[in-house]
Amino acid sequence: MSAHVIESKPLVVEHKEEQENYLTAGYTLKSWFLTLDHKRIAILYLLSVTTMFFVGGIFASLMRLELMTPQSDLFEPDNFNKLFTMHGIVMVFFFIIPAVPGVLGNFLLPLMIGAKDVAFPRLNLLSWYVYIVGAAFTMFTIVSGGVDTGWTFYTPYSTSSSQTHVVPVVLGLFITGFSSILTGLNFMVTIHRMRAPGLSWFRLPLMVWSIYATSIIQILGTPVIAVTLMMAALEKVLRIGIFDPNLGGDPVLFQHLFWFYSHPAVYIMIVPGMGVINEVVTCFSRRSIFGYRAIAFANVGFVVFSFVVWGHHMIVAGQSVYSALIFSILSYLVGIFSAIKVFNWTATMYKGSISFDTPMLYVFGFQGLFLIGGLTGLFLAALGFDVHVHDTYFVVAHFHYVMVGGLVMAFLAGIHFWWPKMFGKKYPESIAKFAMILVFAGFNLTFFPQFILGYLGMPRRYASYPDEFQVLNVMSTAGGSVLGLGFLLIAAYMVWSLVFGKKAGMNPWKATGLEWEHTTSPPPTENFYETPIVNEDPYNYANRDFTKDFNKEVKLGA
Amino acid sequence: MQSSTVQFLPEQASSFALQVDLLYLYLTAVSAFFTIGIVGFIIFFSIKYRRRSDADRPPMTVSNLLLEITWIVVPLALSFVMFIWGAAIFFKMASPPKESMDVYVTGKQWMWKIQHVNGHREINELHVPVGKPVRLTMTSEDVIHSFFIPAFRIKADVIPGSYSKLWFEATKPGKYHLFCAEYCGTKHSGMIGSIIVMEQRDYDAWLGNTKDSSLAEAGQKLFKTMGCVSCHSADSDIKGPNLEGIYGKQVRLQDGSVITAEERYLRESLLAPNAKLTEGFTANMPSYQGLMTEEQILQLISYMRTLTPVTTNTGLKTLPTTALGQTPKPEVTPVQTPKPVTTPTATENKLSGSPKKSEPAK
Ligand code: HEC
Ligand code: HEM
Ligand SMILES: [Cu+2]
Ligand SMILES: [Cu+2]
Repeated sequence: MSAHVIESKPLVVEHKEEQENYLTAGYTLKSWFLTLDHKRIAILYLLSVTTMFFVGGIFASLMRLELMTPQSDLFEPDNFNKLFTMHGIVMVFFFIIPAVPGVLGNFLLPLMIGAKDVAFPRLNLLSWYVYIVGAAFTMFTIVSGGVDTGWTFYTPYSTSSSQTHVVPVVLGLFITGFSSILTGLNFMVTIHRMRAPGLSWFRLPLMVWSIYATSIIQILGTPVIAVTLMMAALEKVLRIGIFDPNLGGDPVLFQHLFWFYSHPAVYIMIVPGMGVINEVVTCFSRRSIFGYRAIAFANVGFVVFSFVVWGHHMIVAGQSVYSALIFSILSYLVGIFSAIKVFNWTATMYKGSISFDTPMLYVFGFQGLFLIGGLTGLFLAALGFDVHVHDTYFVVAHFHYVMVGGLVMAFLAGIHFWWPKMFGKKYPESIAKFAMILVFAGFNLTFFPQFILGYLGMPRRYASYPDEFQVLNVMSTAGGSVLGLGFLLIAAYMVWSLVFGKKAGMNPWKATGLEWEHTTSPPPTENFYETPIVNEDPYNYANRDFTKDFNKEVKLGA
Repeated sequence: MQSSTVQFLPEQASSFALQVDLLYLYLTAVSAFFTIGIVGFIIFFSIKYRRRSDADRPPMTVSNLLLEITWIVVPLALSFVMFIWGAAIFFKMASPPKESMDVYVTGKQWMWKIQHVNGHREINELHVPVGKPVRLTMTSEDVIHSFFIPAFRIKADVIPGSYSKLWFEATKPGKYHLFCAEYCGTKHSGMIGSIIVMEQRDYDAWLGNTKDSSLAEAGQKLFKTMGCVSCHSADSDIKGPNLEGIYGKQVRLQDGSVITAEERYLRESLLAPNAKLTEGFTANMPSYQGLMTEEQILQLISYMRTLTPVTTNTGLKTLPTTALGQTPKPEVTPVQTPKPVTTPTATENKLSGSPKKSEPAK
């Protein structure tokens, strides 16, 4: 890596801090709801995905309450079925897929590449509205009766048996899909066209690579799920035989199409989170990333391989032994890209100068939990093993380790890390650490017992279960309450910090990166005072003098 | 089965159980190794390289190609073992031994209907003898279900419109959970039952109590009442193909392709006979779609399976299944009368009475 620093003429920003920033640029509702500023749109996303997270969380808590006892006593089985369906739909489509790209991606992408905004600001706002319309549509159906098919909508149950509101929910998801596609398109064009002078591909922060890879998957994959869900809706309404064998269709075809999107979708969920980890682990180790290119290309690996492993969700759905073999080996290959990343992040800490601020604690949490999530993915890819645990709580535990242990941890790392940049305020550090420990402990108590439950044979989506599974279920519910408390605490102190938080300064972590070193916190509407010029590799921590005050001056273009 | 303390493994009650558990052990060991390794390094680095002051100036990171290659190759190698091991078990699970005893399963919201070849039926219970391979042929009347026996470490989706196979050999008498593992609506979690593994003697006694007509017999009756005989017998006016030896036969179709006549094809021949026309025949067979239940289809199929080709007139020679001995397979009886369709009375006489009695003693 090149190791020369070009000292730019610094701009002392103290007087500027009281000046206008993107938050003070307007206080009317109109200035928010018709904003074209990517940073304000990010805040809109932050509000909406957080709301959805808590809605999904309420569904989860109700399920966990029901599962404390073996009988189905708190809810009618039908209502339990609606709960897990709505929990899954809300968490997957309205929280986890839009969370990191919508919030952190929107806020950071232009800042990280030294641009004034994304390539198509109006389209960006439209994406948010499309998301809101889709969400409103879905939430309305949920309130007016709900849907009970599971978030997977397997046919022929969804098209010919379920009496619930499948069609409107599916339409809601169809609409939401466009939001995902448009955001992906917007980000891709932005990355191609709007990088600051000197910011070549291999100087991009790895977060940008992650967003790029995610965008490709979104653009390629989402149309498939949209069309698939439409076909299911058509079959349900018009009785055209596509999936229902009684109408001449093939039920397993639906699963192929569904997973052709939904496996890549798990990379839509996790890859942006991995992007966050790169930024945070380097900052709190004060080290440049180990193996930049390996990580960058691992993202490309995800794009390619994520589209060819969908069959591992259908090992017991009657596919031929040979296709099962191919899907199994390909799944092992895709696993290696995650392994590379985990190793590289760990190696990045070697010889660093490590501090333990909350974002870094979340990185540790991510490393441990994502590791378990990923490794149990290897369990599931072993064919003979998957036969036993498929559709049991083992799978439930696995994907929660990846999605909550991985993505939610990364999201929280990112939110804490960039909070000072977004709002110019510091969150309360020691409460934050305490909340992190609550979340970590609660998470493990909730989901680790489920691995054992699953191996013992408890199937998923069960409202009632044999008595011998009760002990583990009670543990899981207890953990769920600790986890829930942790999340509530985070929400509470984050809101508190907006009013009472200490002023953050432009670069409280002494981080590298255009968003930290070249602009104020919060940034002005146009992001930079002068277009930055990039003349060094990313994460160039070896060339910083940390004894200096990083909060004082904005580096301008060289 | 019931126990108040937490166990970590379900009971091992089939020949697969130990194999899957050993693989589980290997997977867990590899995972523990990596988890402890990574977490260990994180803790070690956190202590050794913790920030002492802002004056710390970590050196430039240097990449290390050898290290990177190592941590790609080693995990790949370990995963390759997982792949092979998992695949080996899967292959065994996918290949039922020839001498397996057949049982037919129909899933339906929200119950499991089981038919034994001797015609005995059960609901949400399946009795099997210990130490005998059992092959299940399963289909669904409505939505997708999944037949899951944790103590045997096996499951397979049960899909409407097609047949899935599952086989096992129980190794330990007892009563085990049967779960539906694929979400199927309101009472999905109530679609449970038991697998009862019995010593051969008890099993025989249990079977002996049954008075139902055998599955193949029921199928044979249907073959008459549904009018199949009128076309599929030697002396009928409208000619349908000769169904003797149909099961497992390579059927040549109108379009020149060849298909093995297994459950799925036979079912399709009943419900959508014109979809795959047999070479040399016209589309004369009516569709039975909606006219029979999945269970009746299974009965017809199991009847058709008994129509062994008549190469010699000593039908007994072509009776591999009698080897199953103690489990009498009455479906072999029709073979003794080579053309059951044309000589229904003879067959009926033969089959009347308890299937057990009609079986030549071994
Ligand atoms: C009206 C006459 C007719 C009746 C009644 C009839 N079939 Fe057929 N069947 C045919 C003809 C003609 C064919 C060959 C054309 C085809 O493949 O559809 C055929 C084909 C078949 C085949 C495929 C055979 C092969 O060699 O591929 C099966 C199996 C079969 N019939 C079973 C049945 C059964 C069981 C019934 C009663 C439920 C039945 N058929 C009733 C006329 C009939
Ligand atoms: C980002 C956070 C989360 C995501 C993305 C997520 C996602 C999912 C998904 C996709 C399902 C499958 C739904 C289905 O089977 O149709 C599910 C099931 C479930 N989740 Fe979550 N979840 C999250 C958080 C939680 C939390 C915090 C809890 C518990 C406190 C929880 C408890 C459950 C339970 C009990 C089930 C039902 C399992 C079953 O019966 O199959 N989830 N979740
Ligand atoms: Cu997948
Ligand atoms: Cu079910």
